[in-house]
Amino acid sequence: MSHMDTIYNENNARLELDRIRSMTLTPRDRMAIPVQEMPNQNPDLRRSNMDEVATGYTPDQAMVEAERCLQCKNAPCVAGCPVRVDIPGFIGKVREGDFAGAASVIKRTNLLPSICGRVCPQEKQCQLPCTLGKALKSVEKGVQIGRIERFVADYERNSGLLAPPPAAASTGKKVAIVGAGPAGLTCAVDVRRQGHEVVVFEAFHKAGGVMVYGIPEFRLPKALVASEAGVLESMGVSFEMSYLVGRTRKLSALLAEDGFSAAFIGTGAGLPKFMDIPGENLVGVFSANEYLTRTNLMKAYRKGEAATPLYPSRRVAVLGGGNVAMDSARMAMRLGAEEVHILYRRTREEMPARGEEVIHAMEEGIIFDFLRSPARVLGDQNGRVIGLEVTAFELGEADASGRRSPVAIRGSETVVPFDTVIVAVGNESNPLISRTTPELKVDRRGHIIVDEKQKTSIDRVYAGGDIVLGAATVILAMGEGRRAAAAINEVLQ
Amino acid sequence: MHGEHKILSKRKLSDEVYRMEIEAPLVARERKAGQFVIVQCDENYAERIPLTIADANPEAGSVTIIFQTVGASTHKLALKEPGDGVVLLGPLGNPTHIEKFGWAVCVGGGIGLAPLHPIVKALKAAGNRVTVISGARTAELLIMQDEMNALADENIVVTDDGTAGRKALVTEPLGELCGRTPPPDIVVTVGPPVMMKFCAATTKPFGVKTLASLNTIMIDGTGMCGGCRVSVGGQTKFVCVDGPEFDAHEVDWAQMITRLGAYKSLEQADHDRCHLEMSIENLEAKNTGAAGTAGKAAK
Repeated sequence: MSHMDTIYNENNARLELDRIRSMTLTPRDRMAIPVQEMPNQNPDLRRSNMDEVATGYTPDQAMVEAERCLQCKNAPCVAGCPVRVDIPGFIGKVREGDFAGAASVIKRTNLLPSICGRVCPQEKQCQLPCTLGKALKSVEKGVQIGRIERFVADYERNSGLLAPPPAAASTGKKVAIVGAGPAGLTCAVDVRRQGHEVVVFEAFHKAGGVMVYGIPEFRLPKALVASEAGVLESMGVSFEMSYLVGRTRKLSALLAEDGFSAAFIGTGAGLPKFMDIPGENLVGVFSANEYLTRTNLMKAYRKGEAATPLYPSRRVAVLGGGNVAMDSARMAMRLGAEEVHILYRRTREEMPARGEEVIHAMEEGIIFDFLRSPARVLGDQNGRVIGLEVTAFELGEADASGRRSPVAIRGSETVVPFDTVIVAVGNESNPLISRTTPELKVDRRGHIIVDEKQKTSIDRVYAGGDIVLGAATVILAMGEGRRAAAAINEVLQ
Repeated sequence: MHGEHKILSKRKLSDEVYRMEIEAPLVARERKAGQFVIVQCDENYAERIPLTIADANPEAGSVTIIFQTVGASTHKLALKEPGDGVVLLGPLGNPTHIEKFGWAVCVGGGIGLAPLHPIVKALKAAGNRVTVISGARTAELLIMQDEMNALADENIVVTDDGTAGRKALVTEPLGELCGRTPPPDIVVTVGPPVMMKFCAATTKPFGVKTLASLNTIMIDGTGMCGGCRVSVGGQTKFVCVDGPEFDAHEVDWAQMITRLGAYKSLEQADHDRCHLEMSIENLEAKNTGAAGTAGKAAK
């Protein structure tokens, strides 16, 4: 979207607001209000900067979008939200122009709305059952809940209204949270609210987990994550950074010797999978985790300031079709690659990435090679990547999951030159906690086994997020963190 | 947020080698031979540097690292002074498997003598007879000799230029020891990859079990990035969570050395620039130091 489009949209929102404010709206009228598009940075500009792609609704746009909500009594959207935000409630406040009021409605159940508003897959959660979307026969035309949520959260922060929720009087009990990612931070807040002392242990030097090392700056500004973590600190949550539970101190020692009454493990899915093809250890092949950690957490894109080096890339191949693949490709583009390809074995239909991310990547000039997958990575005599041998696929019969499985086309191999390959095919569970805590039961894939209250095989130890779910989303991790917190608060009563 | 660790002391061991004692009570208590830490000069733009632990003092709550200034980040670390803070994470990696093997030969090259020290200590404590082979380019770069002489049953010193001990590579005495009857029960080698590669080649014909401690490029050190991966026995392993010690006969050394050199051209430029900056700083430090003394004298 160009700058002119943005101005056009903003003017339209103003006119639309004037129009709808002059009448009493029937549900039919609300259905007729156009979806408010998210203003974005121009693709030609943004592909060479790290600034946020989506610039956020204007107040007028937020209010117009809020008028589209039918305020259904049964609120199917709330059931679609893993942390059960009172969606009609906060949208109602936005409609009245009471943005601060809207923020406090959200904050009752979600302390990290500026993050959720940006990275939640609303189209698969709250927006999926939206009555308006159903009536208009398109999820995309449902109420843009995430965009309104983001507006409210940004409004609150930018107006200096960000205030820590109150914590109950001290109970004198201590809870350890292992991992400062979305699951851990959510759990920390809910436990702290009940007056328990909370210590968050984080292996990295910054809080946020995947929100700081994985999701790029242009999709989720790091200052924002830091400010959310700051809210936790002002609630009295303490953070022990560069502290690897299992190695720096055993989980059992925290419970038996250090006075913690309970613990929550939210260590994430941190062990990158590779394709298991020849040449994958050549110089120039990265896991998406490494590529993104170098650039996000270690800020390798700040040349001259950051000390962590960045491999110079001209032609980049990203393997995979999820959000992480999109992030890696778009990051490579911003770092100056001349050509970035995403190779995916199936077609766009089957791609697990969010539609919005795919569209953004396409707008930025990422080339999608569908029905393609590498058979081997080719290197030169110095052990550096020079290309991929790529096999073409076609879609065969549907498998058990209903997805049509790709079948290699014999004799279709071609050699395509690349100097960088980024593998974004998911993660396995990190073995550190389970190896150093033998009594902790894990399944065949190393995921921690929990009951319906997120309790593990060890008494007073709970777990949630990707270490339980496998690679999932920020909001699902938050949902598990919340459920674990409720269970912890219950046993500590 | 907590996480800063104070540097307690710093000593320059040779032209490019520094020894630092860093306050880290939990790491000092938990660490075992063979483990490493990740050190970062600051939490904003600094690189994460994996460094093996040379020693630890649980009573004082400190760990000792010994490092060589090879790139921009190690230079920056060398410029830190006692009282300054660093980010430190650890202890990482699996401890060395220690048991009573019988006769153990420990081969350390250059800076590798530092991480070898706790391994020698642990092997001795487990009742092994330990022969150390201490190697360096030149006498000036030979470190940890007081410690090794005190601990080892025998310490064989070799230098490339003959300025200390025998003029030989570590593989020479290693080959001789392996030729004895009975041969060593285990060999542990820590040092430059090329040295470890040739140690592996030396012991292999004798069928002597050999462990090598690898120091690859790493970012997080907890299994998350996969940057440290090496091929061992045809399988990809992560040095940070599966290592850092592996069967030296199974390591794909050529691949490991190539991966270690991934950023060499970028690092070399930094190295040269850092050396220049360090000499300027040293010069400035000397000048201000001299001015200070002059001032005191005047009083």
